[in-house]
Amino acid sequence: MCLAVPARIVSLEADEQAVIDVGGIRKRVSVALVEGVAPGDYVIVHVGYALARLDPQAAAETLAAMAAAGLEPGALA
Amino acid sequence: MKYVDEFRDRELGRGLAAAIAREAVASRRYHFMEFCGGHTHAISRYGVTDLLPPNVRMIHGPGCPVCVLPIGRIDLAIELALERGVILCSYGDTLRVPASNGRSLLRAKAEGGDVRMVYSAADALRIARENPAREVVFLAIGFETTTPPTALVIREAHAMGVANFSVLCNHVLTPAAIVNILQSPEVRTLGTVPLDGFVGPAHVSSIIGTQPYEFFAEEFRKPVVIAGFEPLDVMQAILMLVRQVNEGRAEVENQFHRVVDRGGNQKAQALVAEVFELRREFEWRGLGSVPYSALAIRPAFAAHDAERRFGLAYRAVPDNKACECGAILRGLKRPVDCRLFGGACTPETPMGSCMVSSEGACAAHYSYGRFRDRPAARDAAEVA
Repeated sequence: MCLAVPARIVSLEADEQAVIDVGGIRKRVSVALVEGVAPGDYVIVHVGYALARLDPQAAAETLAAMAAAGLEPGALA
Repeated sequence: MKYVDEFRDRELGRGLAAAIAREAVASRRYHFMEFCGGHTHAISRYGVTDLLPPNVRMIHGPGCPVCVLPIGRIDLAIELALERGVILCSYGDTLRVPASNGRSLLRAKAEGGDVRMVYSAADALRIARENPAREVVFLAIGFETTTPPTALVIREAHAMGVANFSVLCNHVLTPAAIVNILQSPEVRTLGTVPLDGFVGPAHVSSIIGTQPYEFFAEEFRKPVVIAGFEPLDVMQAILMLVRQVNEGRAEVENQFHRVVDRGGNQKAQALVAEVFELRREFEWRGLGSVPYSALAIRPAFAAHDAERRFGLAYRAVPDNKACECGAILRGLKRPVDCRLFGGACTPETPMGSCMVSSEGACAAHYSYGRFRDRPAARDAAEVA
């Protein structure tokens, strides 16, 4: 039920709407619940609404920590 | 898909599994509850359980809104569709939940009720504007993730004067459910549900932030790790929980910091506070009546509150006696402990709510894990 997908904002439209791209599929959603988003940003979309921004830097850090945990005993997760 | 596929990577998963096996102390047992149905689904679908050492056990929590919605609330929606002649709009998840007299919203539709499945609350409002002569009710369910969109459409309907639109509100609150579990006799005194920590909600936390969980870590001495819904997110969170237990820590940690921060989405929180207020109590399937665990529509928006508009009176209805959903939702039993599981109760013909949503513990296990329970049958099949 809380399922939500990461999507890239393609363009901002009138009435707090935006066109998003999810794996090549485009859809119009509401960005009324998030502040200051711009084309190129990744957002988390749930039931037609962007709920939060996804931070690419943090995502890279998480993946790096996962890789580190698998390599070295005691590496920081 | 970017930010999805990377978090399902096989090699990273192997590495995390090795790290968990290495760091989980062989002489102790670890019991972690994944609160969310989203996590339950990921654990079942990607076989995370098989990647964990035997002394690390996951317990499914009640964080599936479809599963915890009691029969009496669905009965209200069916009453609206069949007896009050409204257009009843609902997320698809809710349509097959078994209600009284062998009914469901899908059956109500077959009986002539105007029940329509929508993707978004905004679709329900659109249907109301397109059908000004009809009453349109949106059956709103969900945790904090799904609440802000409902708040937004109620405010829009109010502002635009869409007089024929109302909402049957069933929005529930995560922290109240966690408190209920932590204070239950099974966890507190009987010890029948041992709990060493929580894998905390992903998208709920994007709205409410990590701050509300600090109380559980401090007051109940339980570690909480907020985690994303991809399988590697869950595995990394389990590793972080193992480390907290090993080091005697009980803290809130945030594995999902690519989306979640401590304060959450303030804009969404303000909107929810403007439109909704706390209910004194709300019945949850499995947990019973839980004080201040759900939201009701504020009097300022009463015209859009279906309960007020139609004078609906909630009536509690007991679950099917043989159904173990209640005990499963409290972490007391596993799906296979229910004698209806896989026989009388399947995703095609669910008897209990945990078999309805793909996030329900029973549906997840039925779809992805049920053959693992029968090694003898599998071996026989391979020989044949």
